[in-house]
Amino acid sequence: MEFKDYYLIMGVARDATQGEIKRVYRQLARKYHPDVSQAPDAEARFKELGEAYAVLKDLEKRAAYDQLGSNWKAGQDFRPPPDWNAGFEFSGGDVDGNTGQSAGAGDFSDFFEALYGRAGAARGRSPFASRGEDHHAKVLIDLEDAYAGATRTITLQRPEAGADGRVAMHRHQLNVTIPRGVHSGQHIRLSGQGAPGAGQGQSGDLYLEVGFNPHAHYRVDQRDVYLDLPVAPWEAVLGATVKVPTPSGVIELKVPPGSLAGGKLRLKGRGIPGATPGDFYAVLQPVLPPADSAAANGFYLNMAGQFASFAPRAGLGV
Amino acid sequence: MENEDTRSLPQLSSIILEELSELTLVEVSRACAAPVDSIVELVAEGLLAPRGREPHRWRFSGIELRRATVALRLQRELGVNLAGAALALQLLDEVDALRTRLRIVGVS
Repeated sequence: MEFKDYYLIMGVARDATQGEIKRVYRQLARKYHPDVSQAPDAEARFKELGEAYAVLKDLEKRAAYDQLGSNWKAGQDFRPPPDWNAGFEFSGGDVDGNTGQSAGAGDFSDFFEALYGRAGAARGRSPFASRGEDHHAKVLIDLEDAYAGATRTITLQRPEAGADGRVAMHRHQLNVTIPRGVHSGQHIRLSGQGAPGAGQGQSGDLYLEVGFNPHAHYRVDQRDVYLDLPVAPWEAVLGATVKVPTPSGVIELKVPPGSLAGGKLRLKGRGIPGATPGDFYAVLQPVLPPADSAAANGFYLNMAGQFASFAPRAGLGV
Repeated sequence: MENEDTRSLPQLSSIILEELSELTLVEVSRACAAPVDSIVELVAEGLLAPRGREPHRWRFSGIELRRATVALRLQRELGVNLAGAALALQLLDEVDALRTRLRIVGVS
């Protein structure tokens, strides 16, 4: 298993005081809390941090960890020395403290468990029936999937106890129907797919937070979908019927005469479907044809003459 | 392990949490794995605004269920109090709205 440098993870010196460790933990926990942080690896960082803090905040665990010596490097292959914890006594199963349930013992690394045992095991011995924990994960889909619905196979890692009682991370695959009309930031719930309950307790649920893969053309706000639609100057000025791609297929759109750059043409109900479907907006972006021939160049010269009184920067006061 | 035949997996149906409505106090408390009293406190703080007057008639939306789980997690995992969690949620909402505006104008 890999050695974990808890001091490095927390970014504190090996001789940091308990007060300093607590302060740094608080700061980093706020920074990387998965509900707050936008960092893609926030969840992993938060867990790692919880594990590091569980060791460093506890004087006994920290002393035992320090005894391993400072020559170990993060990621180095590690086996605990046979007598490593002689003379240390770890109090019960309390590694959880205020690091909370999502950094619960079941989530700690093999490294932690080799040193301190699987402290969360006490939970399973509870004589009471209690509901299993809910699990949370993220799933990325394409915008088109939200229009049509989709099936995704997702792979989750979860701790499971083997026949020998050792706990290891197991991959677990699920085939999930992504409902039509879901949009980014929403959560889909899979009943009973969370952690098994204790005793007669029911299993927890699995929550998947849905996100959209970034799209080259479309932008999404809730259920509304936006597309920058390039148009020729004469299409904007004179009006035209143009082809427009939408996530549900190509349509023909009427550009009214006298349209301005940035003008939004709304296609009602062509956004993400649902009880109240979103709208689709084509945002007009007039583009100039290149003056790549003498004739085209002449045309622009002619235009300059025709529109001599046109003052495009009048609004800027110049 | 990667090559497992995924076609043999059962097809799980799912529901969109945010589209749930009419959740009762007991259902929200169960879904959050938190005592009913904690949910009542969230309502008293103004973090959740169920429809209906008396607690036994309260009806929550899926969005409120989601707010409740985040508020409870922030309290448990960051050690903030109820007012702190409420403030964090409000600021997160504002950040979300700003990010969305940035996306629409194509900045991010």
